[in-house]
Amino acid sequence: MSGGIRQLDLDAIRAELAGTHGADFWRRIQEFVDEPGFQELLRRTFPSQTGRWLEGDRRTFLRLMAGSLAVAGLGACTRQPEEAIVPYASRPEALIPGVPRFFATALPRPTGALGVLVESHMNRPTKIEGNPEHPASLGATDALAQAEILTMYDPDRASPVLRLGQIASWDDLTAALEAMLDRVSHDGGRGLRILSGHLDSPTAIAQRSRLLERLPEAVWHDWEPIDDANVLEGVQAAFGEPLQPVHEFAAARCFLALDGDFLMDDGLAVRNARGFAAARQVEVGADFRPRSYVAEASVGPSGSIADHRVGARPSELEGVLRAVGKALGLAVTAPTLRPRLARFAAAAASDLEAAGERALVTVGRHCHPRLHQLAAAIHQRLGAIGTTVTFVPPIDPRERARARGITALVGALNAGQVDALIVLGGNPVYDAPSDLDFRAAYLKAQLRVHLGLYVDETSQLSTWHVALAHALESWSDTRALDGTASIVQPLIAPLYAGRTTHELLATLMGRHGVGAYDLVRETWRALRPELDDGAFEVFWKTSLHDGVIAGSAFQPVGVRPARLDLGAPPPFANGLEVALRADPNVFDGRYANNAWLQETPRPLTRLVWDNAALISPSTAAALGVESGDVCTLEHEGRSLEAPVWLTPGHPDDVVTLHLGYGHWAFGSVANGVGFDAYRLRTTANLWNLAGVTLRRTEQRYALVTVQEQLSMEGRRPVRTAPLAVFAHEPDNVFPIHGHHDYGDASMYPDYEYPGYSWGMVIDLNSCTGCNACMVACQSENNVPVVGKAEVALGREMHWLRIDRYYEEPVRGEELLVHHQPLLCMHCERAPCEVVCPVAATVHGDEGLNEMVYNRCVGTRYCSNNCPYKVRRFNFYRYADFENETKKLGANPDVTIRSRGVMEKCTYCVQRINHARIEAKLEEREIRDGDVVTACQQVCPTRAITFGDINDPNSAVSRLKARPNDYGLLEELGTKPRTTYLAKLLNPNPELEPGR
Amino acid sequence: MKRDEENPAHPPEKWRKHKRGQAGRPPVIAPGHTNATVTEQIAKIVLRRDTARGWYVGLAISFLGVMLLFASIGWLLLRGIGVWGLNVPVAWGFAIINFVWWVGIGHAGTLISAILLLFRQEWRTSINRFAEAMTLFAVACAGLFPLLHLGRPWLAYWLLPYPNTMALMPQFRSPLVWDVFAVTTYATVSALFWYMGLIPDLATLRDRAKSKPWKVAYGLLAMGWRGAARHWERYERAYLLMAGLATPLVISVHTVVSFDFAVSIVPGWHATIFPPYFVAGAIYSGFAMVMTLAIPLRRFYGLEDFITMRHLQNMAKVILATGMIVVYGYAMELFFAWYSANPYEQGMMQGRLFGPYREAYWTLIACNALAPQLLWFRRVRNSVLTLFVLSLIVNVGMWLERFVIVVTSLSADYLPSSWDTYTGTKWDWSLYLGTIGLFLALLFLFIRFLPMISIFEMRTLIPTGAETPEDEH
Repeated sequence: MSGGIRQLDLDAIRAELAGTHGADFWRRIQEFVDEPGFQELLRRTFPSQTGRWLEGDRRTFLRLMAGSLAVAGLGACTRQPEEAIVPYASRPEALIPGVPRFFATALPRPTGALGVLVESHMNRPTKIEGNPEHPASLGATDALAQAEILTMYDPDRASPVLRLGQIASWDDLTAALEAMLDRVSHDGGRGLRILSGHLDSPTAIAQRSRLLERLPEAVWHDWEPIDDANVLEGVQAAFGEPLQPVHEFAAARCFLALDGDFLMDDGLAVRNARGFAAARQVEVGADFRPRSYVAEASVGPSGSIADHRVGARPSELEGVLRAVGKALGLAVTAPTLRPRLARFAAAAASDLEAAGERALVTVGRHCHPRLHQLAAAIHQRLGAIGTTVTFVPPIDPRERARARGITALVGALNAGQVDALIVLGGNPVYDAPSDLDFRAAYLKAQLRVHLGLYVDETSQLSTWHVALAHALESWSDTRALDGTASIVQPLIAPLYAGRTTHELLATLMGRHGVGAYDLVRETWRALRPELDDGAFEVFWKTSLHDGVIAGSAFQPVGVRPARLDLGAPPPFANGLEVALRADPNVFDGRYANNAWLQETPRPLTRLVWDNAALISPSTAAALGVESGDVCTLEHEGRSLEAPVWLTPGHPDDVVTLHLGYGHWAFGSVANGVGFDAYRLRTTANLWNLAGVTLRRTEQRYALVTVQEQLSMEGRRPVRTAPLAVFAHEPDNVFPIHGHHDYGDASMYPDYEYPGYSWGMVIDLNSCTGCNACMVACQSENNVPVVGKAEVALGREMHWLRIDRYYEEPVRGEELLVHHQPLLCMHCERAPCEVVCPVAATVHGDEGLNEMVYNRCVGTRYCSNNCPYKVRRFNFYRYADFENETKKLGANPDVTIRSRGVMEKCTYCVQRINHARIEAKLEEREIRDGDVVTACQQVCPTRAITFGDINDPNSAVSRLKARPNDYGLLEELGTKPRTTYLAKLLNPNPELEPGR
Repeated sequence: MKRDEENPAHPPEKWRKHKRGQAGRPPVIAPGHTNATVTEQIAKIVLRRDTARGWYVGLAISFLGVMLLFASIGWLLLRGIGVWGLNVPVAWGFAIINFVWWVGIGHAGTLISAILLLFRQEWRTSINRFAEAMTLFAVACAGLFPLLHLGRPWLAYWLLPYPNTMALMPQFRSPLVWDVFAVTTYATVSALFWYMGLIPDLATLRDRAKSKPWKVAYGLLAMGWRGAARHWERYERAYLLMAGLATPLVISVHTVVSFDFAVSIVPGWHATIFPPYFVAGAIYSGFAMVMTLAIPLRRFYGLEDFITMRHLQNMAKVILATGMIVVYGYAMELFFAWYSANPYEQGMMQGRLFGPYREAYWTLIACNALAPQLLWFRRVRNSVLTLFVLSLIVNVGMWLERFVIVVTSLSADYLPSSWDTYTGTKWDWSLYLGTIGLFLALLFLFIRFLPMISIFEMRTLIPTGAETPEDEH
C-alpha cells in the first residue's frame, strides 16, 4: 500500500459500478483490474500473511511456527484455582465410601438461626439433622430445615449472573458496580441504597458498618416480611430498650399463649417445643401437669395441643390479656369480654398466679406491641423474669421497625434520590406491603442489583440478578435468637455458581475476589482479639466442629420495672377481620419452590399445594359459602380472590390468610400455586386487618386435602384418658377395651426373636402435628413428590403421615384436636404379609415387616389388607430418574423405587443396619439409643421412641409398659409394634361445662 | 380313510332320549325335525358360502372394541396403572370388578355343560355349546385383568410355581396364588371340555364341507373321528369324566375368587358367606349372559326350533332361583353388620347404603333383587323381549354388585383419616369396553366357523318316531 497508488476499496468500486450494466459494466471492471492498486487489493482481501510467509526465509518460517504453537497452547488455558486435589489412590482421611460424615453448620433465618448437622455422603449433603449442641435446635429441626436439602439442589436455582435477563459474568457485574461507585463515591455514596433482610450475621453486620463508614451518604434499609418488630417495640415500651424475650418452656408450670404459634411460628420454635413437651411429661402416679392456655385468632399446632384453647378475633386478644393482667393485680383496664373469653381469662389468670415465677406468657409476633408490653409486665409481676423468660439484646443492634425501612426507601425512590439499589436477598417486589407499590418505585432506580436464590419477581425487574449461594454452599456466620453464634460452613461448592452476601458486599467495598471464608475469619479474628494465632485456629476448628461458638450467647439483660401506660383498651373491631400469617410450609414465600414442603399437608387443614382463606364453619354458613368457593376479599380498596376452606375450631368472623403463595415468577414449582395474600397487606396493617368484606364469586377452585374426614366417626384411633385416672387408677385408663386384652388366635405359628425385636412408641401427648417427621422421612427415604393432581386422586407417597381428628366438644365449646403420626405399624401378625402372592413383603427376623421392592409385582393386595393404610404405591414412575442435580441429594442408602411397586416405612432399616455394623466392629450388642429413626431424630418434642422391645430396660419397653400404651386397631389381632401413649386430658375444672 | 358302517351322524341308540312336549311346557325341540333337518339347519350356518351382512357389521363393531382393547393395554403398559382411577385406599378397582364379573359369567357355561349333563337335564343340549364357548371367551377376558392390573405385569409369571435361580416359590398363603391355580385350571378344563364336545360335529362339518381347505381344517380338528361305536363308547365315557371334573370347578373357581375378599380383613370383604354367595352370583350372571346371547342368536339364525321357549323359561327359572340366593346374600350382609355389633362392619354398611356410592348400591338392589321378581310371572317368562331386557338388567346389576363390594369396602375401612373415593377413568372404561369387544368378536367368529349348537346331541332329542330312513347326507 505504498503511496502513489490510488487507494481502492471494494465498496468504492461497487459504488462506481452501481449505475452500469451490460458491456459498459464489463469494460469498467477491466479498467479497475488494470489499475496497479487492484492487485494490491486482491492480495489484501486474502490473508496478507500468506505472501509474507512465502517471502521469508526458513528461519523466519520456523520462528513463526514455534510462536504459533506456543500461542495455540495458551488458548486452551484458563487459570486453574490453586486448590489441591487428591488422588483417591491414597484415601482422604475420614472419608470411607458408604459411610456418611456429619458437619455442623447453621441455617440462617430471619428470626434467629437453627443449628444443624448435615449428613454428607461422598461430599454430597443428603440429610439435615438438628445439632444437639445448638440451643435453638437441641438435636431437632422443623420441617422447613429438613427441606433445605431440596432447595439446595433445586435445578430452578441454576441461574448465573444475569444482566437484563441475559447471561453475564461476575466480572461484568463487578465492572458495573465499580462504575456506579465511581459515580457516587465523590458524594459520599449519595444515591446508593442497600436493602437487606434481617442481618443475623456478625460478618454482614460488620461489613455494613464499614460500608456506611466509607460511604456515609449511602443508606441501608431493611425489610423482612415476617419479623419480631412488634415484640421489640413492646419490650422497649415496657423496659425502655428493645430486647428480645427468650422463653424457657421447660421450666414453666403454666403456659398462656396469645395468638402466635410458639411451636411453629417463632424464632425458637424447635427449642420451645422441646421444653414444652418436657414440662408436660408425667410419670405414672403424678397427677400434676402444667396446663396450657391458648387464645388465638387462627388455628395452629400450639392451640391444638393446648389444654384450653379459645378462638378469638384479633381485636379481642388484647382484651383477654388485659383481663389476665387485671386479675393478676396489674394496673390495667380490661374491656367487657364475651363470657367464654372472660371465663378463659379468669381460669388462666388463676393458674398463672398459682405457677408464680414458673408461669409463662407468650404473645405472637402478630400482636400489637401493647400486648408484648403487658406480657413483660405480667412476667415481672409474677417474678418469672429469670426463670421462664429472660431478655437479651436483639441480634442486629440496629433493629428497627422494619416496615419503616422499606417505606423510607420507597419515598427515596419516588423522590428520585436513588441511583443504585442493591437488594441483598429477599424478594421485595413480591412481599413489600402493597400500599407502597414497591414495584413501580423500584424501577426508578438506575442500577438495580438483586442477590437472590431464585430468579424471582424482584430479579425480573432488576438490571442485575446475582445467584445467591445457599446456606449449605456458603461460608458465613449467624446467630440464634438467644445470641448463640455459629459459623456457617459449606458442605459443597456452590452448585450454581452462587455468591454470598459477604462477597457482594466486599466487592462494593472494593475488595474483589476476597472469598467469604476469609471475610468470616476476619470477623471472628476481630471479635476474638485476645486469642493468638494458634489459639484462634483451635477456636475456629472447635467452633466449626461443634456448630456453635462457645460462650457467644447474649447475657440476659437486667430490666427495670415495666412501664404500663396502656391507656384505655381499644374497641373491638366490627365485621370480618383478617389474620395474615406466615405459612407453616413456605414461610414468607421463600420456600414456595420446594416441592417437599408444597406437598406436606398444612397442619390442621391438611391442605397441599395451596393456601386458602380459612374460615370457621359457622362464619361460612352466615356468609353462604362452602369450601372451594372462590371469594373476593376487600379491604380499603384492595381486593383479593381466594378460595375459602372451612376449618373447624377457627374463630368466627376471622379469615386466616397465609402469606407466601401466588408467586408469578419464582420457579417452576412455585409459580401459580395459591394466591398472593401480600396484596392485602399494608404498612399500617401488617398482620391483622379489620373491616374486611367477603363476597362469593361464581367460581369454584379445587383445593386438595389428604384427609377428607374430620372426626373419628365414633371410632377411637386416638384414645384419651383423664390425667387423674392415669395417676390414681392406671388399670382403668381404657375402661372399655382393657389393656392388651385381645385374642391370640392365629392359623400360623408365631415368630421368635432370639436377637433384637424392634418397636416404637409415639406419645400423643407430645405430638404437635408440626410435620417435621414427615419431611425428615421424605428426605431420609427418598420419598417422591407426586404433585397436586395425583394427591387429589389419593396417591400421595408419604411413608409417614399425621392424621388429624377433631373431637366434638365435650368441654364447653372447645373443640379437641388430635394429631396422630401414622407410619407402618410393623405388625407382628401383619395382614399384608399373608396376602402377598410373591412374598415381596415378609417378616424379618427382628420383627420388621420388610418390603422387597425387586420382588414386588404390584398386586396392591397388601395395601387393601392393611387396616392402617400406610402402604404407598408407585402408580406411575414418580421418582425422578432424570434430573442430575436432584439425584445428588438422594440418600444412597435407600433404594429409589420405580413404577409399579409398593413401598412403605421401613423403620429406617438402613439406620438399624448402620448401627449393627458399628456394633459388630466394636464387638458389642446394639445399645439402646444406637438406632434413631429419621422421624424420631427430628421430632422437636421427642414424641417418638424407638428401640429393642426384647430388652425390658430399653426406653421403648418402659414406655410400652405404661398404662396408657395402646396399639392402634389392636382388636384386629395385628399386634402392631408401633404403639401409642393415649392422650391424657387435664382440663381446668373451672372451665368444665356447667360451671 | 375307509368309512365303515359306523356313521358319525348316528349316535348310538342309548344317546337318544325320547322327548315329547309335555303338557303345558313347550318342547325342547320344535316338532317335525328329523336328524337330517337338524344337521342341515345347524351346519349350514357354518358351511354356507355367503356371509350375512349383519355378521360383518357385528364383527366390525366388535373388532373396533378389540382395537380399543389394544390401545388401552398399550397406554397402560406405557404409562403405568396410574392411568386408572386407583389410589390408596382403593387399590383395586375396575380391573378386579371386571375380572370377577367375567369369571362369573363364565360359570353358566360350565354349569350347563357339566352339572346339567350329570343331572340329565336334556334341555341343556341346545344351549350348552355356545354357553361353553361363552365360558371360554369370558374366561379369556377375565384372565386379562389380573395380569394387567399388576404394577409390573411383565413379572406376572412370578405367581407361578416354577423352579428358578431365586429359589423362590409363590407365597402359598395368599389367595391370589390360589386364584392363579383356580382360574388356570378352570380355563384349561373349559377349553378341553368344549373342544371335546365339538369333535363329532367337526367330523360332520368335515364330511359336509364343500371346499378342500375347509375339509382339511375341520378334518385336522376332528382328530380322525369316524363315529365308530367304539369311538362313541369311549367318547361318552370321557365326556362324562370331563363333566365330573368340571363340576367341582363350577363351585371352586368362584369360591376361590371370593377368598380374595373373604380371607382379607377389610370390612365388607371379610365374610364367611362369600363363597356360596359368589357362586350363586356367578351362575346368576352367567345365565343372564347366556340369555342375552341366546335371544338374538335364535332370532337372527332362525333357531327358534332348537332354542325354544322351554329353554328360555328354564333359564329364567334358574335366574330367579340363583337371584334369590344372591338376595339372601345381601340380606345376610346387612344382618351380619347389625348382629356383629362391629363398628367397622356397621360403618361400612352404612357407607354402602347412604354413603358416596349409595346410587350404585340401590341400583344394584333394583337390578338384582327387584327386577328378577318379575320372573315369578308366567307371562314374563313367556315374553322374549322382557326376558332379554331382564337379562341385560341382571348383567348390569351383577357388575354393580362387584363394584359395590370392591370399591365401597375399600373406600372406607378402619381409619377415617384414610377414607377416600374412587372413580373409573376413561382408561378404566375403555379396557372394560375393549374386553366386551374381544368377547363379542370371538363369539362372532365362533358362530361363523363352528356349529353353535351341538348337532349330534340335538339329534338325540328328536323323538324316535320322527326319524326317517334317509336322515343322512
